[in-house]
Amino acid sequence: MKHLDEYRDSSLALPLVEELKKAVTKPLTVMEVCGSHTMAIFRNGLRSILPDGMKLVSGPGCPVCVTSASHMDAFIAMADIPGVHVTIFGDLFRVPGSNGSLAEASSRGAKVDIVYSPMDALEIAKNNPQELIVFLGVGFETTTPGIAATILAAKNQKVDNFCVFSTQKTMPAPMAALLDDPSLKIDGLLCPGHVSTIIGAKAWEPMARKYNLACVVGGFETADLLKALVLLARQVGRGDIKVENVYPRAVSREPNARAARMVDEIFEPADMDWRGLGPIPQSGLKIRETYRDFDAEVRLDITLPDSKEPKGCLCGEILKGKKIPNECPLFDKRCTPATPIGPCMVSSEGTCAAYHKYGRDI
Amino acid sequence: MCLAIPMRVTAIHGDPDDFTSNQVATVDADGISRDVRLDIVDYWPAVGDYVIIHAGFAIHSLVEEEALKNISLLRELAENMPEELLS
Ligand code: SF4
Repeated sequence: MKHLDEYRDSSLALPLVEELKKAVTKPLTVMEVCGSHTMAIFRNGLRSILPDGMKLVSGPGCPVCVTSASHMDAFIAMADIPGVHVTIFGDLFRVPGSNGSLAEASSRGAKVDIVYSPMDALEIAKNNPQELIVFLGVGFETTTPGIAATILAAKNQKVDNFCVFSTQKTMPAPMAALLDDPSLKIDGLLCPGHVSTIIGAKAWEPMARKYNLACVVGGFETADLLKALVLLARQVGRGDIKVENVYPRAVSREPNARAARMVDEIFEPADMDWRGLGPIPQSGLKIRETYRDFDAEVRLDITLPDSKEPKGCLCGEILKGKKIPNECPLFDKRCTPATPIGPCMVSSEGTCAAYHKYGRDI
Repeated sequence: MCLAIPMRVTAIHGDPDDFTSNQVATVDADGISRDVRLDIVDYWPAVGDYVIIHAGFAIHSLVEEEALKNISLLRELAENMPEELLS
């Protein structure tokens, strides 16, 4: 595709690398919140060109990685119920719970299907009326509106063998929880691109003010990322803290009102458990009472087990930006993408997976 | 999970104000055509506009002019690096 090639053109990137060197006048630590950013930064080799004084840490924005161990265990327990057919985004398939993964459940006979879109799960429900299709909702603002639209479609089309287990999470709240921790020093946020498409760039303004935190919404191509880093370094260097958006082709200042309306129709704010961060008030979404027929937790009467994190796994610290994968004694030894111990190694957006693939020496 | 590829809309179905209508756009990228849902797109696109897609749903639409303007802005930045455009 022509447009994309132009962003990837290195003649666009090189002057920006020079500009970044000039922009870093003070040491600064930037957190990239979104797992897709983590991967894009590695893929583009940006860590190797970072000027001295600029440090990048990964945040809690990989949806699979922040799915708590107890949610994972509940997912797997549900897949084992006869007559239940579980549908998931692919990344979840191999994440280990306390007793194996969905992949293992599937090999012992549980019905687990990987779908590209929640709408595909609804199609499966229509084609298999004798089964109860459960979609495991894992994701942030970008994913939630589509799940809401699917539930509404299920209602309108009177599909009664479809429901959703919502572990949907919402964004600025956990960042505030992180920034309240004095041991973590972050000067700037590379704000997630497509979460911001839905919530609007202005959603970051209270964070910028409260925490004196440079905030730049960035895209995923080399030039997008570099430009975002230049602006973050400049804001910190000049002490001129604000929210800037260098991803205007996907993000507006205002939220996506149609998506917000759709989410509000189906979901209401709820406390949510995050791997590594623990429970955070009002940082998730549950299905409203009016739509309880589509709520898997109600329909299957699920109680969340009290699960422990995998032994020795540092995902929690990594999700907070406090540790890097190389500091985990299991990294690349017992824990590899083929034999993952924690979710950060399984997810294609996980920080441990990124370090394994691109960054052993960093 | 985030695919940043904007795709060109070639056909539109459904009524923007009626969620029970089948709100779908046919999009094209590199000659490959597929259908995406329009239920949650921020602005209802017209044929020829671009949309950004996540998990089968269009989440943002932009007119062609806007898409092209962004590209030329980035190119210009890289060539001249005018301070005022970056800050
Ligand atoms: S390397 Fe494996 S065990 Fe260590 S933190 Fe990462 S996922 Fe957990």
